[in-house]
Amino acid sequence: MNRELLRELVPAVIGVLVRRGADFASAEDAVQDALVEAVRGWSESPPQDLRGWLITVAWRKFLDAARADTSRRRREIRVEGEPVPDRAEAVDDTLQLYFLCAHPALTPASSVALTLRAVGGLTTRQIARAYLVPEATMSQRISRAKRTVSGVRLNQPGDVATVVRVLYLVFNEGYSGNVDLAAEAIRLTRQLAAQINHEEVAGLLALMLLHHARRPVRTSPDGRLVPLAEEDRSRWNRHLIAEGVEVLQNALARDRLGEFQAQAAIAALHADARTVAETDWVQIVEWYDELVRLTNSPVARLNRAVALGEADGPRAGLAALAGLDPALPRHAAAAAYLHERAGDPVAAARLYAEAACSASSLPERDHLTRQAARLNSQPRS
Amino acid sequence: MAKYLLLKHYRGGPAPAVDWAPMDQWTPDEVDAHTRFMHDFGARLEETGELVDAQALSPDGAFVRYDGEGRPPVTDGPFVETKDLVAGWYVIDVDSWDRAVELAGELSAAPGPGGRPIHEWLEVRPFYGVPAAVPE
Repeated sequence: MNRELLRELVPAVIGVLVRRGADFASAEDAVQDALVEAVRGWSESPPQDLRGWLITVAWRKFLDAARADTSRRRREIRVEGEPVPDRAEAVDDTLQLYFLCAHPALTPASSVALTLRAVGGLTTRQIARAYLVPEATMSQRISRAKRTVSGVRLNQPGDVATVVRVLYLVFNEGYSGNVDLAAEAIRLTRQLAAQINHEEVAGLLALMLLHHARRPVRTSPDGRLVPLAEEDRSRWNRHLIAEGVEVLQNALARDRLGEFQAQAAIAALHADARTVAETDWVQIVEWYDELVRLTNSPVARLNRAVALGEADGPRAGLAALAGLDPALPRHAAAAAYLHERAGDPVAAARLYAEAACSASSLPERDHLTRQAARLNSQPRS
Repeated sequence: MAKYLLLKHYRGGPAPAVDWAPMDQWTPDEVDAHTRFMHDFGARLEETGELVDAQALSPDGAFVRYDGEGRPPVTDGPFVETKDLVAGWYVIDVDSWDRAVELAGELSAAPGPGGRPIHEWLEVRPFYGVPAAVPE
């Protein structure tokens, strides 16, 4: 059975149930139950019409649950079947689900979980495993999220920016746990890009593809972090890079720049360099200028300082860094790198060791410790 | 089966058996050998069916306590003065206390400078179990 194919049908089938009179929370539950039944019962011979099967079974699950509920609460619902809607409506439904799951009333963690379940068709167990939390915890998180949006009508227009941020969050978690969240984020962003013509959705998709292309060489087989400058560029995925660049160019052509397009442009410039030495740092600094203008983010300023250190020399980088809050994440690591390039290995080693103490992940901590160790064990003149 | 916590400390516990330099004073190869050992230790526990959880803690953070109605919690930290600082743990599910001690001994032999075992103290603590279904 093709589970991927099945999962792609999930948002549309939720939409069908909602249009037949189910509320979102019950419809979503019913589709999950139908999915579980499909996984259990289809090992031998899957039905010909997956979508028809899923609608029929999910609707039955919904009716069963609603009847059980009605007998307690005597709630009126429309229970008779209505014509199955056409594809155009299904596309609309999927889009509305993206908006609902990224509703501003939800916390980022809830939005992420709900999106993966209602749009991505992942089971609660899979989502729990991906985020390394107990299944009961994830189940509660999803239930609470559904209660929060229970009053929201599915046909309200939403904000693409919130959806894009949720998908970005999913992608960034993509390297931990045992569900490939990066691949799932790309699938969901592709699906979204196919339904809505929005430059930042395209920008995000490009950004994801360009980073995903480097994924196999970002860590060594024993889990060590490999810095960009040391990555084996011959093993970058050229197909993903070509696709990412094309998606980005189409987005940029619309002349409505946004932060994800700017980030993707920076990733594209790195991807374009066959060797580290070929990197066009001057253009990268210009894109960081755009990013700072768009977001006013101190993290963008920090990254800009490092890029400036490559374009105009480490002194220029250190000067740019001097104006930034030392408490910023990776400030010490950036300072360490620039000091080493400026020919001050003693300060660099001290800063790498300091950076290791405030690292946000174990591979990062080990990498920074190793950098300090490398400098400390070098013979000094 | 019983669960045990193998607790690693940045500082604290009995006086160190060997007083090693901090890790940033090692050679890069020694750092690599140490991190690879940690990685392999977890993988091996998974293979034997004894691993429950492994986590590492950043040395950042603070102590926090309630400070009365309507007042924000009091914080004390970062842990500059703290004598004892937890670095991380393994939770294992093993047949016996002896097996827990054996594993802690292996973990304590993680390689340090010159590839020699660091003889690090590990704190081994039994979890409370559930009451037996068949009381004796």
